[in-house]
Amino acid sequence: MKSSVIIFPGSNCDRDMDVALKKFGFKNQMVWHNDTDIPKSDLIVLPGGFSYGDYLRCGSIAGKSKIIKSVIDFANSGGLVLGICNGFQILTETGLLPGILQQNKYLNFICKNVFVKIKNKENKYFKKIKKEVLELHIAHNEGNYFCSNDELKSIEDNGQIAVTYCDHKGNEDEKNNPNGALKNIAGIFNKDKNILGMMPHPERMIDPFLSGEDGSLFFNNLIESL
Amino acid sequence: MVEVNEKIAIEHGLKSDEYKKICELLKRTPNITELGVFSAMWNEHCSYKSSRKHLKKLHTTGEQVIQGPGENAGVVDIEDDDAIVFKIESHNHPSFIEPYQGAATGVGGIMRDVFTMGARPIANLNSIHFGSPDHEKTRNLLRGVVKGIGGYGNCIGVPTIAGQTCFDESYNGNILVNAMTLGLVNKNKIFYSKAAGINKPVIYVGSKTGRDGIHGASMASAIFDDKIEEKKPTVQVGDPFTEKLLLEACLELMAGRSIISIQDMGAAGLTSSSIEMASKGDLGIEIDLTKVPCREENMTPYEIMLSESQERMLIVLEEGKENEAKKIFDKWNLDFAVIGKTTDSKNIELFFKNEKVAEIPIDFLAENAPMYDRKWIKAKLPKENKFSKDQFKSLKLGDCLKKILIDPNIADKEWIWDQYDHTVMGDTIQKPGGNAGVVRVHGTNKAVAASVDSSANYCHAHPFTGGKQVVCESWRNMISVGAKPIAITNCLNFGNPEKEKNMGEFVECVEGITEASKYLNYPVVSGNVSFYNETKDKGIKPTPSIGGIGLLSNYKKMMTMELKNEGNYLFVIGKTEGHLDQSIFARNMLSEFNGPPPEVNLFNEKQNGMSVLNLKNKNLIETCHDVSLGGILTAISKMGIKSGKGVKLFPLEGLVNKFEYFFGEDQGRYIIEIKPENLENVENMLKKESIHFDKLGLVEGDKITLENDLKLSIDDIKEDYKKWLKEYMVN
Repeated sequence: MKSSVIIFPGSNCDRDMDVALKKFGFKNQMVWHNDTDIPKSDLIVLPGGFSYGDYLRCGSIAGKSKIIKSVIDFANSGGLVLGICNGFQILTETGLLPGILQQNKYLNFICKNVFVKIKNKENKYFKKIKKEVLELHIAHNEGNYFCSNDELKSIEDNGQIAVTYCDHKGNEDEKNNPNGALKNIAGIFNKDKNILGMMPHPERMIDPFLSGEDGSLFFNNLIESL
Repeated sequence: MVEVNEKIAIEHGLKSDEYKKICELLKRTPNITELGVFSAMWNEHCSYKSSRKHLKKLHTTGEQVIQGPGENAGVVDIEDDDAIVFKIESHNHPSFIEPYQGAATGVGGIMRDVFTMGARPIANLNSIHFGSPDHEKTRNLLRGVVKGIGGYGNCIGVPTIAGQTCFDESYNGNILVNAMTLGLVNKNKIFYSKAAGINKPVIYVGSKTGRDGIHGASMASAIFDDKIEEKKPTVQVGDPFTEKLLLEACLELMAGRSIISIQDMGAAGLTSSSIEMASKGDLGIEIDLTKVPCREENMTPYEIMLSESQERMLIVLEEGKENEAKKIFDKWNLDFAVIGKTTDSKNIELFFKNEKVAEIPIDFLAENAPMYDRKWIKAKLPKENKFSKDQFKSLKLGDCLKKILIDPNIADKEWIWDQYDHTVMGDTIQKPGGNAGVVRVHGTNKAVAASVDSSANYCHAHPFTGGKQVVCESWRNMISVGAKPIAITNCLNFGNPEKEKNMGEFVECVEGITEASKYLNYPVVSGNVSFYNETKDKGIKPTPSIGGIGLLSNYKKMMTMELKNEGNYLFVIGKTEGHLDQSIFARNMLSEFNGPPPEVNLFNEKQNGMSVLNLKNKNLIETCHDVSLGGILTAISKMGIKSGKGVKLFPLEGLVNKFEYFFGEDQGRYIIEIKPENLENVENMLKKESIHFDKLGLVEGDKITLENDLKLSIDDIKEDYKKWLKEYMVN
């Protein structure tokens, strides 16, 4: 399986994602933002970080970068596109995913472990994961998901909510909502479920010596499902 | 053009006799640009004029040392071909004036010092000191500093793995922000600042030069008064995005062979970077200031030379490599300009619009910079307090513990480090909140531990003992995670060196640091000095911050402080005399602020530490935590809180004052957890090595108990311990 990680100026989780993809069997290649073509891939990843300094608005400049047209074409042809953290912000900026990511409710950057509930397993990203609740890690200042009522109804009706913040038992209450996201949303799909954007970083949870190992479940499933 | 005279020189922070010396050296009156250059190089921050004499005493050698003080950062060997580049630096004055930018650019500056040497930064740490929590400015300063540190480090993508936060009223008018960075480099590919060769192109890369930060270094060499707010324009503005690009571009250029020398533009910007490179190479340098990329219009040579705009580097390249280098900086969208060349004149020559605007022999600025042997007085060891039995009569262990756990200097700091990305780069195996932060050396079995420590109360009570103690505390933190201590970097924060008492504090702390680091083979390889932390005649307590690093050859053997298993034994390694003077207990429960700090016995310190490492290497201990502020009971409580497990303490033997025993801050102690099956083995080993130990208790249940004297649920104390800072910040 081949994957491509796009590097924007200011990306800083590109290496971590490269390490994770390779660990679980992907042949990964790094693609520079100023390129126009993406080598043949089964998966394209937009990594975390502060693309273009996140100036103007998180992900907005990356959403207009040279490489992004190829990402959009790939996604529209059904290719798998995964955006983590800043990558999620970029995907909303391109319009590939609905809604926006606002500044965290308590106005602080948050770096900690969280639990997320898998809301939809009818897709390649979560299909073979047995657990219902995963322990993942977040590190962001703008992860407060928001969309209009119409958009919310549409993403709910279409099963586009991918993961929600919860406690270890799966309770999706306000207490376990770290950033004020609407409906505790931590990640969403597009209608066809080939595009996933989420705030938590599975690539930081791939080793028992790190924050945890549930990220391994995510990547293992991904390589098996493809 | 402004005409230079003594009055203008004094406005530049120079003393009247220093100005006279400049005129004598030049045999003429300097012009304003030249005066600016002199003032930037001769201020305390750049010239170390008050401290140089004493810094020479520091212990700076050892087989592990690749580069000691004098470069952008220190370098130590961590086996194979790997080396760690590290340094700590202060950004105190700017952070008080503008906390967000001050702290942010402090982090940016120290990271540049590290990647200038060819190392990729792998961890950040910080030591921050604020005034009393009751002081009107404290909350906002703390919020701003934490946001600034996070804002910069998070964006660059380097994890902030450990730190230290202290509160004391002596910092009401002068907070301390000390930032530390560790970088990883191949020991055969280290870059230095010494220029070599004549007619080599001098290259400017990075951000454009603006009017920000002009006279930043002079500001950092002065005491504060009522007009402090007016100094805001001297604070630099950081752009972590550009720094990230600069980092990647520099490392890309460094992979080739075109760099002769490289130096970041930190304090005193283009002035100090160009002069340092030339001075170290015993060369001259010629710069055409017209070619410097500027952000603002009509900048004068004076402004260009003194700007402290961030994210800039100066590089001396091999001839003919300019295009190759330019391509890399173009790729990263960074400015690249050939602004001058090295010469054999041994002068710095500045041109602007085809006119020579300054010419000064480099020697005058570097080696001939003033050096003072300031007067100082030796501190006396304060008299010990004799506490009477009555003073303890009404106290209960549990109440004391609860009060101590919410002392601002003990209470949990999660509110702070949750705002720092501490997991990016995927190698953080011990997060903030433990004995030390630990990161793996990417792709190997090795890991590096790091911590920052200070003990201003001890240093204030007796600077020499305090200096020794901080080094020992740092060493203990390395041992506690199972790392072999390697080396330290020190940030020496003091008051006004022109006052004999403050100067004495500095001299004796340095001597204490030296004695301990020599004995423990824990050399100082880098650091900086920050004097004049004084506002309206009130100086800070002497605060040397020690950043230590240690090596784990197998990261899987790292220790943590969480209690592991019910039924395991807990020992205290090291003798408990019950020293309460200068302790958190004495301050909180006895309202006693005087007395000597705990004695530091270097022989015991080393023996105890080595025996803990020895036990660990034989896989005989499960957990380790050093005993520091708040004594044994505070240490045990933190271990319990982290793991959610309780401890049954054994009754004390003999006529021991339980408050002295449980809250005394004697040095050289560790708490270790031992499985029952290893008990005999551990006891025998400790006895054989003549290491003093007490059997403290058992891991048991979910409470801390001691017969009828103490019964506290871990959940309850955890809540108090965790919430103090969070509640303080929302109020």
